[in-house]
Amino acid sequence: MTLPSIKGDAIAAFPAERQKATVVTLPPAVSRRFDITALATRLAQSIVPPLVVLLVLLAVWQVAFSGPGSSLPPPSEIWNESSDLILDPFFVNGTQDIGLGWRVIVSLERVAIGFGLAAVAGVLLGALVGQSVWMMRGLDPIFQVLRTVPPLAWLPISLAAFMDSRPSAIFVIFITAIWPVIINTAAGVRNIPEDYRNVARVLRLNQVEFFFKIMVPAAAPYIFSGLRIGAGLSWLAIVAAEMLTGGVGIGFFIWDAWNSSRLTDIIVALVYIGLVGFLLDRLVGFVGVIVTRGAAAS
Amino acid sequence: MSAYLKLDYIGKSFSRGGKVSEVLRDIRLTIDEGEFVSIIGHSGCGKSTLLNLVAGLTPVSSGAVLLENREVNAPGPDRAVVFQNHSLLPWLSVYDNVALAVTKVFRGRKSKAERHAWIMENLDLVQMAHAADKRPGEISGGMKQRVGIARALAMEPKILLLDEPFGALDALTRAHLQDQMMDIHARLGNTMIMITHDVDEAVLLSDRIVMMTNGPAATIGEVLEVPLPRPRERLALASDRTYLRCREAVLKFLYERHRFVEAAA
Repeated sequence: MTLPSIKGDAIAAFPAERQKATVVTLPPAVSRRFDITALATRLAQSIVPPLVVLLVLLAVWQVAFSGPGSSLPPPSEIWNESSDLILDPFFVNGTQDIGLGWRVIVSLERVAIGFGLAAVAGVLLGALVGQSVWMMRGLDPIFQVLRTVPPLAWLPISLAAFMDSRPSAIFVIFITAIWPVIINTAAGVRNIPEDYRNVARVLRLNQVEFFFKIMVPAAAPYIFSGLRIGAGLSWLAIVAAEMLTGGVGIGFFIWDAWNSSRLTDIIVALVYIGLVGFLLDRLVGFVGVIVTRGAAAS
Repeated sequence: MSAYLKLDYIGKSFSRGGKVSEVLRDIRLTIDEGEFVSIIGHSGCGKSTLLNLVAGLTPVSSGAVLLENREVNAPGPDRAVVFQNHSLLPWLSVYDNVALAVTKVFRGRKSKAERHAWIMENLDLVQMAHAADKRPGEISGGMKQRVGIARALAMEPKILLLDEPFGALDALTRAHLQDQMMDIHARLGNTMIMITHDVDEAVLLSDRIVMMTNGPAATIGEVLEVPLPRPRERLALASDRTYLRCREAVLKFLYERHRFVEAAA
């Protein structure tokens, strides 16, 4: 499709006044790849406020709990007594005397197994519930009741079933994380546009092809918001589960520290748990953004 | 000779909450191989429902759809659909959208290299080969519709069903795609059924125009032959007497005899 080019005389039909245009010289473009000052400003804008608030909070805490009869240790005492835990997360001084980094890794491993199983089972069950009205009517009430059961309430029964603390802790993670995955996946599957279903029907995609080629990508944004909630919940549950099952996880560390009255260690562990939970949430969110990049734009 | 596609007294009713509403009644139509047929009517008259019945996406309530004397009652790639809103899968590239169809239809019949060549050939046909690696979100509405057409053509359908394929496009893009559609029809000789509400589009593209009465219980009001020789030229036809007569006939049907009446609520 080529357009007929406009001839010179056609242009001449519009006699433009010929004026000398004034030439404005622009300043030479600054072509530095990384503008250090701008980067530093942006960094400062996002880091300075939380730092200031943190320092203020620490100061208030220090003042409030410095009295001789205070029940909790002030920040200075935490630093004095537990700086080894803060400074070196990966020391090994014996089987039970290891850095908090190692303990977090052990806990994360359990979470990875339990949450991984929950993700796979949750997506499959969610797809089933989202796809079939009959299944939804049958399973949804059960899900709605079971999902309100607190994670730790599952522990005794899983201990009885598995006769071992390790799989029991993993089961608790699994059963905690699976509900949001199921419910979100089902919602995502129910919201697959009718057009995509029609495309699949015209192409005669079978169930497996439909699942992988249409359902999972189309429902991916929903699935990942379910996974993100599930990851958060499983991190909540692992600490509680480990407190009761023992081992070397971060949860058991807190219980152990409580039993030997090391309050400062507990506070350090809390900070660890918070930071790891935060990173875990961001990680799942980040993976979700990467994976669902295509599905969002239609 | 028996008809290629035969709609034999098709009727369709939907029931919701115990209330049955009849949308289509006694649709009788035969379409020959290679024919281009447009279905025109006011909105809500069941045009799209009729197309979905032929596609097999909706089951018929009565009557039957016969393709080469065999009843069809489920969707399949022999009746490829170009959807009104393109329906490309946004997470796949243009190439992969077509490849999904080609792989499914030709697996076992064409080698990988042949399938690749076939995908590119079809993208080339709609002049979209240059954007093969783009995602649907990165191309314009007209381009998406072209890819949708390529995907449908790539299935090598017996019948191509077009559901207001150019309805959502601007007038210039629409004209361009109509020309391409005529070109494709001339080259491949596919049987095509197109839903439209654009009188000029119907006259320009079709061998026959099927005009629907208003619903409920809509049926075929009239079938108009368009005896214009092909290839047809948009500009030359603008003042052609046959063209104008056909156009007038459709307009009269739509606006005089079957004026669109707002359904009483």
